[in-house]
Amino acid sequence: MINKTVKDAREAVADIPSGCMLMMGGFGLSGIPENCISALLERDINDLTIVSNNAGVDDFGIGLLLKKRMVKKMISSYVGENGEFERQLLQGELAVDLIPQGTLAERVRAGGAGIPAFFTPAGIGTEVAEGKEVREFEGKKYLLERWLRADYSIVKAWKGDTAGNLIYKGTTRNFNPIMATAGKICIAEVEELVEAGSLDPNQIHTPGIYVQRIFQGKNYEKRIEQRTVSKKP
Amino acid sequence: MVRKMNFPLLKQTQMLTKDQIAKRIAKEIKNGQYINLGIGIPTLVANYIPDHLEVVLQSENGLLGIGPFPTEEAVDADLINAGKQTVTMAKGSVLFNSAESFAMIRGGHVHLTILGAMEVSENGDIANWKIPGKMVKGMGGAMDLVASADNIIVAMQHCSRSGESKLLESCTLPITGVHCVKKIVTDLAVLEIAEGGGFVLLERAPGVSVEEIKEKTAGKLIVHDKVAEMVLS
Repeated sequence: MINKTVKDAREAVADIPSGCMLMMGGFGLSGIPENCISALLERDINDLTIVSNNAGVDDFGIGLLLKKRMVKKMISSYVGENGEFERQLLQGELAVDLIPQGTLAERVRAGGAGIPAFFTPAGIGTEVAEGKEVREFEGKKYLLERWLRADYSIVKAWKGDTAGNLIYKGTTRNFNPIMATAGKICIAEVEELVEAGSLDPNQIHTPGIYVQRIFQGKNYEKRIEQRTVSKKP
Repeated sequence: MVRKMNFPLLKQTQMLTKDQIAKRIAKEIKNGQYINLGIGIPTLVANYIPDHLEVVLQSENGLLGIGPFPTEEAVDADLINAGKQTVTMAKGSVLFNSAESFAMIRGGHVHLTILGAMEVSENGDIANWKIPGKMVKGMGGAMDLVASADNIIVAMQHCSRSGESKLLESCTLPITGVHCVKKIVTDLAVLEIAEGGGFVLLERAPGVSVEEIKEKTAGKLIVHDKVAEMVLS
């Protein structure tokens, strides 16, 4: 089996240039590629277009890239947790495409799957529909949306093997599996990297064919945004 | 036309609390339903689902079968809901990616969607994602949900903090979805959208008069003979 291992995050992101489009997995701070984000912060690049469902918080996740002014444009569905982002947006310092979460997910999926366009009902009658073709199917209106493909996609998984096969845990899965398919180069950081052959093929979520670089990450903070507990046992 | 209220003797306690609104909405739930709960008041509905009903809560970020909030010891950073709160998994739950999640939603497999609103119009339009120039957090999954669900119930305050009606002839804020809302529960009333347009007053909050609801509803209010009081216990 082909070995896709690289040493660490630094090596994984070393050739990412200014001005490119990056997809980043995660929902809120859950399932974000923490190590790669840290490594990107050390690079002297900017003008990035980042596709990610959310923009992190002010001082963690993608918020750090925003703070360092590395980002020209965000393509997201919800940026509410990041005050700095909202401020940059309202001041016109940052370009943003806010798109419905399902449309974002499907555009990325379509990108990895070779489907250049599709119709969805999400956004009909709203400003999301502006400038887009609307077609009726069986009496209901749908919007034409295009695929999304990136130069690089950076994903986080729980376990992976040297062939690039990935398994996710809990709700850290979210956008990672689809983004893995839609980046020309997919970089995967995993909590546990094992030899190809160790993972049960029945349990793998992302086939290694989509992954170009994989490394074992470390020191995951796994910050919780809304620690919510119930008191009774 | 919007008229401000002037009831110096109005008892503030007559308006429902957020939990009471959630409690009333929970009465709409039927056995066997798959339900998506939006952030805010809708999340509280989970606390009031009658024990004898078997329903499944879907979380747009990739979980079917949201369980109760965890105890302190059981908090898992890898398990969150759409509001980024830590959760547990119910028995029989399953995890999936974001494209799968919205395929489930868009494909009409989720029976009931409960979400909040800033404004609802008399023909069932909903605005809940943006206040231009002030609040641009993004729509998240809301547009997909309202474009796809068969049954949509809105939880909202009847009036804004400055006393202006939020049940309008047509929405003034950017639209999330058109002709989609079926039922609304506010801190004053239960209403449904009539076929040809208009808010049909079904129930009033305990102690609240039909007159007051008429005053506070800017859109067309349809009142049949006798309007019962909500039963909350």
